[in-house]
Amino acid sequence: MTTAYELRCRECGRAYGNQPLSICEDCFSPLEVEFDLERARGRFTREAITAGPLNMWRYKALLPVAEDYVPTTPAGMTPLLSAPRLGARIGAKNLYIKNDAVCLPTLSFKDRVVAVALANAQAFGFDTVGCSSTGNLANAVAAGAARLGLKTYILVPADLEPAKILNTQVYGATLVRIDGNYDHCNRLCSQIAEKYNWGFVNVNLRPYYAEGSKSVGFEIAEQLGWRLPDNVVVPMAGGSLITKIKKAFRELVALGLVADKPVKFFGAQATGCSPISTAVKAGADGIEPQRPNTIARSLAIGNPADGPYAIKAIRESGGWAEDVSDVEIVSAIQELAETEGVFTETAGGVTTAVTARLYAHGRIKPGELTVSCITGNGLKTTDVLNGAYEQAVPVKPKMTEFAAWLDERTGELVEVA
Amino acid sequence: MSVKVVLPNAFQKHTNNVKEIETTAGTLPDLVTDLEGRFPALRQHLRGEDGQVRKFINFYVNEEDIRFLGNEKYQFQDGDEVLVIPSIAGGCC
Repeated sequence: MTTAYELRCRECGRAYGNQPLSICEDCFSPLEVEFDLERARGRFTREAITAGPLNMWRYKALLPVAEDYVPTTPAGMTPLLSAPRLGARIGAKNLYIKNDAVCLPTLSFKDRVVAVALANAQAFGFDTVGCSSTGNLANAVAAGAARLGLKTYILVPADLEPAKILNTQVYGATLVRIDGNYDHCNRLCSQIAEKYNWGFVNVNLRPYYAEGSKSVGFEIAEQLGWRLPDNVVVPMAGGSLITKIKKAFRELVALGLVADKPVKFFGAQATGCSPISTAVKAGADGIEPQRPNTIARSLAIGNPADGPYAIKAIRESGGWAEDVSDVEIVSAIQELAETEGVFTETAGGVTTAVTARLYAHGRIKPGELTVSCITGNGLKTTDVLNGAYEQAVPVKPKMTEFAAWLDERTGELVEVA
Repeated sequence: MSVKVVLPNAFQKHTNNVKEIETTAGTLPDLVTDLEGRFPALRQHLRGEDGQVRKFINFYVNEEDIRFLGNEKYQFQDGDEVLVIPSIAGGCC
């Protein structure tokens, strides 16, 4: 390899240098960024990382951008929270939450991948960028592109949550509502990218974009004091994140930043869109596409591009995949908020409910160090909680009225001073 | 009967830049055979070592994934438009 990284076909291994391309010309399989780890060895050290900025760019040496790239889109370095209260509820004694509900600037882990994709869009000279999105990616691309002065076209399913639509439009992006589901948007984007010279972050820039997800894995290891967990629970839509966290761990081991150890990878889906968990449970290698029908719209991808790789990552690690109902998703959103003060969107409800089930079924043992990845913020999907809480009758602003209200509520006599 | 088939950019290197064909193929296997007959250079790229069409190549009929329509059993109708999309992109987490 003559450069620090380059595109390679994931199936046949053909090298393509660096260009806005995501499909192998020989076998039509997806391309992926491969790093020359030996070249990174001197630069990607614990010391260099610790001295870097307090965001994902501290791992720049293993993110696909030029060595002299100056980041203007900080994202990442989100909290890794110990979760004893949630743990007590679900039978976990060593549980952590990786909280990308507070990833900046748009409150989802997509800010990480977009930061890398847009750096490459600029490097390749695109003045217009776009994406197909279930919402979070739309927000992240719109914000990132605004900051860099790029024109933006974003395709979303017409039934997307209002908050996610507003959170895209506010940045001045051109939003195209498609009369179809995400898979329809996605297919159309593949065609648009062939006709127009635009940088589509999840089409022709996809290999670079996906690499940004590794920063989740790097952060987990660093925040655990440079060690790997026993288990990771990851939400799956296209199936990329789980494979990239695994890749990040592998690179950390290869460069000697953490000790090698087996890590089990667990995938989480909504039952209403569960092509990957269905395949894992059935022992299948391939994906049977599904028509999504779930409130977890950010995970509603019926034909997941990285499905076969996610299945492989899970199976090889000795992990498992589970899927949960919409009712369980809402309960889990509430449970995570009530126990740990983390308000996540529906995808995080999926991950939390699946995590609980994995403990309940004994697939994860109570004492094992487990990280549950929360990837988005609850403020974007408040519609699923409509009607969940009673609108109380207002109390008059008098102490006697308040005391009476408290008395009624608690059933205890409260003395008024 | 005539069915329009739109080929992706990735195929065109192996199809002398032909982007679109009309076919009388009745089913997906017939269509693949037709494509290989017209563009012999495409064959080795279209099929893996096991002789099967590579798993990352997707076929859509009138914007619907052919796997929802019966896949290999689906009988093309006059006027159908078939899209071939290799390695569907998108998605992330």
